[in-house]
Amino acid sequence: MGDYINIGRSVRKIDALSLATGADKFTDDYEIHDPLYIAILYSPVAHAEIKQIDVSAAEKVRGVVDVLYYGNVQRVLHTTAGQGYPEPSPYDALLFDRRVRFVGDRVALAAAETREAAIEAVKKIEVKYRDLEPLFDMEKAMDESAPRIHVDDEYTKIPAEYRPEQNLAAEIKIGFGDLERGFNEADFIEEQSYRMHYASHCAIEPHTSCAYFDDRGRLVIVTATQVPFHVRRIVSTVLDIPVMMIRVIKPRIGGGFGGKQEVILEPLVALVAWRNKRPAKVVMSRKEVFISSRTRHPMRVRLKTGVKRDGRISAIEMDCLMNTGAYGTHALTVLANAGGKVLPLFNKIENLKFHGRSVYTNLPVGGAYRGYGATQGYFAFNQHMDIIARRTDQDITDFFKRWHIREGETSAVFKALGEGKEGVSQVINSCKLDECIDRGAGAIGWHGKRGKRIESGRNRVKGMGMAIAMQGSGIPGIDMAAASMKMNDDGSFNLYVGATDIGTGSDTILAQIAAEVLKIPVEMIIVLSSDTDLTPFDTGAYASSTTYISGGAVEKCAEDIKNQLLDTASVMLKAEKDSLKLDAGKVIDKKTGKKVPYDKIAYHTLYIQDQFQIQAQASCTASESPPPFIAQFAEVDVDRSTGKAEVVKFVSAVDCGQPVNPVLAEGQVEGAVVNGLSYALCEDYIFNSKGRMVNPRFWDYKIYTAADIPEIITIVVNSFEKSGPFGVKSVGEIGINGPAPAVANAIFDAVGVRMYETPMTPEKVWKRMKEEGVN
Amino acid sequence: MKISFVLNGRDVLLDTDPLRRLLDVLRDEFNLTGVKEGCGEGECGACSVLVNDKIMYSCILPVGSVDGSRVLTIEGYRETERYKVLQEAFTEAGSVQCGFCTPGFIMAAEALLSEDASPDEKSIREAISGNLCRCTGYSMIVDGIKIASRKGRGLW
Ligand code: FES
Ligand code: FES
Repeated sequence: MGDYINIGRSVRKIDALSLATGADKFTDDYEIHDPLYIAILYSPVAHAEIKQIDVSAAEKVRGVVDVLYYGNVQRVLHTTAGQGYPEPSPYDALLFDRRVRFVGDRVALAAAETREAAIEAVKKIEVKYRDLEPLFDMEKAMDESAPRIHVDDEYTKIPAEYRPEQNLAAEIKIGFGDLERGFNEADFIEEQSYRMHYASHCAIEPHTSCAYFDDRGRLVIVTATQVPFHVRRIVSTVLDIPVMMIRVIKPRIGGGFGGKQEVILEPLVALVAWRNKRPAKVVMSRKEVFISSRTRHPMRVRLKTGVKRDGRISAIEMDCLMNTGAYGTHALTVLANAGGKVLPLFNKIENLKFHGRSVYTNLPVGGAYRGYGATQGYFAFNQHMDIIARRTDQDITDFFKRWHIREGETSAVFKALGEGKEGVSQVINSCKLDECIDRGAGAIGWHGKRGKRIESGRNRVKGMGMAIAMQGSGIPGIDMAAASMKMNDDGSFNLYVGATDIGTGSDTILAQIAAEVLKIPVEMIIVLSSDTDLTPFDTGAYASSTTYISGGAVEKCAEDIKNQLLDTASVMLKAEKDSLKLDAGKVIDKKTGKKVPYDKIAYHTLYIQDQFQIQAQASCTASESPPPFIAQFAEVDVDRSTGKAEVVKFVSAVDCGQPVNPVLAEGQVEGAVVNGLSYALCEDYIFNSKGRMVNPRFWDYKIYTAADIPEIITIVVNSFEKSGPFGVKSVGEIGINGPAPAVANAIFDAVGVRMYETPMTPEKVWKRMKEEGVN
Repeated sequence: MKISFVLNGRDVLLDTDPLRRLLDVLRDEFNLTGVKEGCGEGECGACSVLVNDKIMYSCILPVGSVDGSRVLTIEGYRETERYKVLQEAFTEAGSVQCGFCTPGFIMAAEALLSEDASPDEKSIREAISGNLCRCTGYSMIVDGIKIASRKGRGLW
């Protein structure tokens, strides 16, 4: 593992300073000269045909330049999911359609000289709707009598089950062994359904995009995105503008969490700019983000297991029904992950079946959301295993340690369930989950408090719960990242990466990797990321891929640079290349002790002899997706009279391989934990009977503040993943998988009721206690 | 209407609709883009500024209401010694992820520390409970403020 000078050190985030001063620019901070402001009209009804639309009054509003709707915009089916091509999401969306499919669906836009004029104009667009019967209950979506939501020419780019005539956006079936026999062999059957609800990513920066023209008339899109290269491709396809005429720049991004893996606003600013030969800009209000952008897919997971008296599981059946809302963005892949990231964890189960269906409804559109289906799967899995451990009289920590996947082992699920196509088989190289469980249990005081029902006040009782999870590191065989580097006169290096820092700190991490290879301080690396004109390609910031895959590209690229440094130094020092090594910004001859600093090498190559630029580029794909592992523990205090479950302490112990930057890694876990707790206990989309979200503001859609959070402890358990650069795995998503099930298990521990549904609000806990007669 | 106030230590005068949001005036007229908009409804704190040393949401403040007041944004505050201590502490503690919320948190921290130079954990949490952050999970921001109050002894 070596003596690292950058890896494993919490070097300062390279953009922390400029962000803290407020000087670094987010999309809305770009000074765009004289833009057209865009306002969007959203559907007030859940399901309707537009009978008539009259934009004449809107066009007359002073300052209005353009009003767009289905009548004057090209009809190009596409998906807004910012995924690799061909996207595994159905092509079922238009820029504007004659039909609206949820409250918040786009109807039209107005572009005007001022924001106010644009807003006034959209209010003046007159639309007559012919109401269609709405579909809100996903359980009924495939009924014969259910209204059909997509019935035109929607299609998929990849071979996949897609039956819009049945409201089926995706279906997956896999299995092996003999389920029947497995259930027959069991001593008992455990079967339950678990439900997770809608949620908003709530990145504090709302979705924002702008577009302008460069001096040569090319279209420049500056946008809050996780996927700049996919943005360029999708905008090009939807608007029929050549890729070479588009440049996408990703500035600083105010959080993504999957919400900005969607290409929603970019085609609109591009279209308005292109048509009017003027810059254009659109900023979503918080309300628009809630009602019209993307969400976490609600999911119902039914788990059925056959269990032997000692806890061995002889068969498992997982049946998932996912609500993808009005459009099928990520409908297949989130669904696949609910099984694919969960079932391999218990790899000793011989008889297994996974059946998943994603269905359309007239509700908000699901999308990528940190955890990406694994969160929904683990809510079910961890409660289910808690039930089994209890029924077989074992402590759940022992039970998990006995059955989880280990180093050197594999699971057939890896191969069977990929993201949009078959997965890849892989053997686990690194897994320190036992240590995570032990250290986490120690930190929370598990053994003194679990099952003790310690009274903490009048009518208050404490409980302890835990959960384990794994995720992946990128999408094998699909994700690709590239990096390039060049050397400057003073021995510093420019590093260009397509990788997209959305606040995670990936610019810093990637600089650390390059600096480690070249044995220089991270300050000597100048990072430029995510500009489709200047940086090489990267699929983007999703699927927990950046450190592992983009990091791999950077490592390779830096190795090439290293080689060139050694070649040049061997000429300069008249030494054998083999006897040279890099050390603190110099190349040293181990035999003679002679050395030459990098700036001299740069001068030599740029000005002195056999001139050339020291530069390199590299691409990286992955043939596997090594999972990080986590064990998470919640101590909960339940008020029996109100049902309020308060988390008092939360511990996570994570194996993310070799952490590149421990503080940033912890930050990823803590942020995910707090998001997960907030989702588990209070965040909720509340719909009225017409499918309208009635709480689209932070005032009513509560997310945790600093006053709400418990004591949070994060333990990073080092391991070494040999397939990753410097032993790394991912860490961005995994932390969000455990909070909900750990809390649910803790509530059970405290008061003996199972919470089969999130959010676990006081009312729901109280109601469950009433049902079970325990309060 | 003519409105004058002291913005980041300088007298400014402008003729504008007094009902315009202070946030828009700061961003659009003075290009002070360190003041962010996260919700526009007084619920997230990204737009926080100090008005006569009190923390305020500039997105729900009509510019007319600051007539004759002192307004401090991150751009003015970052010139101070106190800011440097906070910035150091935030960087050290990992309080900055995406950074969109950071200027708002720094202004909230200044408002707190100028009232109470060595706040306990609970008062820190309360003081920043009007600011939302979706990236960090808050603990690291609380730590940052603790470090600042320790290292900046004598400054507040
Ligand atoms: S933008 Fe002002 S409080 Fe959110
Ligand atoms: S750091 Fe991203 S919202 Fe706080």
